Amino acid sequence: MGIYVIKMPDIGEGVAEAELVEWSVKLGDPVREDEIVAAVMTDKATVEIPTPVNGTVTWLACDVGDQIAVGSELMHLDVEGEGNRSGASAAPPGRKPGDKRVSPSRPAGPQRAAAPQEDIRAPAPTPRIGDRPRAGLPSRDAYGRPIASPAVRKRARDAGIDLRRIAGSGPAGRITHADLDDYTASLEPEGTGSFYTPVEGAEDIKVTGLRRRIAERMDAANRHIPHITIVEEVDVTELEDLRQRLNGDHAESRGKLTVLPFIMRAIVRAVSEQPAFNAHFLDEQSIIRRFDAVHIGIATQTPNGLMVPVVRNAEAMVLWEAAREIGRLAEASRGGSATRYELSGSTISITSLGPLGALATTPIINRPEVAIVGINKIATRPLWLDGEFKPRQVMNISCSFDHRVIDGWDAAVFVQKLKALLEAPAAMCGEE
Amino acid sequence: MEEIDCELLVIGAGPGGYVCAIRAGRLGLDTIIVDAAQLGGTCLNIGCIPSKALIHAGNAFHNAMTFSTGNPLGIKSGAPSIDLAATMTWKDGIVTRLTSGVGGLLKKAKVRHVTGRARFVDGKTVDVETADGMRRIRAAHVVIATGSEPVELPQLPFGGKVLSSTEALSLTTVPETLVVVGGGYIGLEIGTAYRKLGAQVTVVELGDSILPQYDAALTKPVSDRLARLGVEVLTGASAEGLSRDGETLLVRVGEDIREIDADKILVTVGRNPVTAGWGLSELGLEMDGRFLRIDDRCRTSMREVYAIGDVTGEPMLAHRAMAQGVLVAEVIAGGKRRWDHGAIPAVCFVDPEIVSLGLSPAEAETRGIAVDVAMFPFVASGRAMTEGDDSGFVRIVCRKSDGLVLGIQAVGNNISELSAAFSLAMEMGATAEDVAATIHAHPTRGESFQEAALRILGRGLHV
Repeated sequence: MGIYVIKMPDIGEGVAEAELVEWSVKLGDPVREDEIVAAVMTDKATVEIPTPVNGTVTWLACDVGDQIAVGSELMHLDVEGEGNRSGASAAPPGRKPGDKRVSPSRPAGPQRAAAPQEDIRAPAPTPRIGDRPRAGLPSRDAYGRPIASPAVRKRARDAGIDLRRIAGSGPAGRITHADLDDYTASLEPEGTGSFYTPVEGAEDIKVTGLRRRIAERMDAANRHIPHITIVEEVDVTELEDLRQRLNGDHAESRGKLTVLPFIMRAIVRAVSEQPAFNAHFLDEQSIIRRFDAVHIGIATQTPNGLMVPVVRNAEAMVLWEAAREIGRLAEASRGGSATRYELSGSTISITSLGPLGALATTPIINRPEVAIVGINKIATRPLWLDGEFKPRQVMNISCSFDHRVIDGWDAAVFVQKLKALLEAPAAMCGEE
Repeated sequence: MEEIDCELLVIGAGPGGYVCAIRAGRLGLDTIIVDAAQLGGTCLNIGCIPSKALIHAGNAFHNAMTFSTGNPLGIKSGAPSIDLAATMTWKDGIVTRLTSGVGGLLKKAKVRHVTGRARFVDGKTVDVETADGMRRIRAAHVVIATGSEPVELPQLPFGGKVLSSTEALSLTTVPETLVVVGGGYIGLEIGTAYRKLGAQVTVVELGDSILPQYDAALTKPVSDRLARLGVEVLTGASAEGLSRDGETLLVRVGEDIREIDADKILVTVGRNPVTAGWGLSELGLEMDGRFLRIDDRCRTSMREVYAIGDVTGEPMLAHRAMAQGVLVAEVIAGGKRRWDHGAIPAVCFVDPEIVSLGLSPAEAETRGIAVDVAMFPFVASGRAMTEGDDSGFVRIVCRKSDGLVLGIQAVGNNISELSAAFSLAMEMGATAEDVAATIHAHPTRGESFQEAALRILGRGLHV
């Protein structure tokens, strides 16, 4: 047995050190060549570190969250044979077996699924070469390969066709260009001239960093919270008129208004009447904590995934203030400069897919909140008003509630309140 | 330290490396190639090409010798002499022509060439010690093509009269006595050439026979030729070291120790991959025995680090490295390429030459494949007779069930040139019928290939 040292590799881009965000293995775990053992994160990317050898983890350099310098020792493995470090030299301070500290590592799940990809390192099953292949089955040469000229092999490779599926018509079962033509023709649907080729392989993408946190939060919310979702139709014709008018008058001096500030205003008004909706349900402590301030989380798509920056004290903001704050936070989130403070503390949330907003959605609650307001897209639809159909600007809202602490009746009242507020925007914004 | 960025960095400018770089450059990859020595690697500078030049000179001199003594052609001429220094100048001219040609091709492909010793800092960063100081090269993809070097015997370290193939290909006088330690193809090629140039040559081989990778039928014409040329071959013999005065080589044959006069001792007991001196230990690449482990896209165990050529294992042949080089360049450029070559011809430029590819009859038997084997001897070839050398044969190994050509071996004068036909037949998946039905030009040695195929089918004409 020897000791094999895995060092922190240079992950490029002039990065001198990186934050260790995950140990994929823990002390004592056996690891296999190519298995991902750790993930480090720079401000630009999360980089996975594989082990080049088989072995057993005997030492970890640091805890998750620590910075680790490029070139420094990251992990020690006990390996068969000599390793790359003499056994006599002592390991630098770090984690060793017997340390009391709890390893934050997660169980090393299947790192690489059994992808339908050939590994040339594993001996390929030896085809029976001596025998003539059964009728209809491809013939093989002495090395187990389909028999075909280099040109046919290249054509097949480029087209993503596995020659092992083709029975050749040539001498000794050789696959000819014509055989390849016939095979590709057989893959095409009859009567169409289209040419689709099957592709092989699968890519395993490790879920780390932000995506992992999103996954965990979504999972927890969905597992813990019995959601009830109510979809309602809102006639926003007046609201849109008002918005256009305000933008016409003030866009240059105060900036443009989207629908969001109005929704926020409606939420502030609605929760002032129904404070149960501006709350956290701390289920493990059996506490509902109602908040005075209304901190509204705005679900925001960023290049890395979903983030929820928070507009704090929405109750104290006029429309334009709210609009500016939304814009600033969205930009900070997308640019990666949003602070922890700006990304936490919401008491209720809004989710909107903008122009992609669909007819209805089933929003997942931003746990431990108890309500989320989903906005669907605005479209011109006929509404029955005053004895006739009229073209109106209509927007659906899809709101989810934690049914453990919000009863359906109260939820319906809340949604109706939002609807009423949004359909009479002048009254809602009257004080402004 | 000057820092350079590129897409592809090729370490080693031998036939694998430079071909890879040229192909990559042509594919539009921003490519840098690094080598401490002259472009062309072992092959062009101290291997294939110089040895072929020496062999040619040996043959020419040997012919001249026969012209000055009795010969069946009736040619009479005076005794020749050789100025080996002039021969070496001629040889060096060829090498320079080829290596500067490689330089021109690289330049045309817009490949940057850095001369210096490369050492990995990490998998994507290499420091190069150049004449103008250190340079750091960062690359998205790296190809390791560091090649191989002669194995040294502890009892006969290189230096003085103990030569590796490198020095043996640069001698300026023909040694009176030359002992070749190791009866593989490199030793026999050079040893035979020096014998033809007039040296007294002894071959010391540890195994039971020379050219141990070939069967007896293939090596017999070579052994016969060596005997006729007056080369003494000692098998089951081990070189123990120089005598105390350094004049002779002590060789153990069985229980006896023999002293053999040796002006020069050429040690050719194999080649080792160059895996030291460039930072392998820092990379921690997975090995396959002595060699770097690669997959069917020449990928090593580290992402975007590839390896090609001798450093990746047997057969250590330039044409294998070149094919790998092209493959890697195309893989990096996004091509769907896999190593799927079945036939890699191996040629020994001994006298007579040997070509082999695919399965020998014995290998087919080991694999449990029922085969038909047919051989056509050059004693029945008009062309061989008119060349004055009818030794050797062409042999085909075909699968019994369907006639698929599984292997071709041949030994004979200039038979290396037939390797093209052999490889093409194998790679195209030819059957005996395909070869038999192809018209081969008369009078050539190629006819013997067709005749061997005809004999597989029981339709031989000229035997």
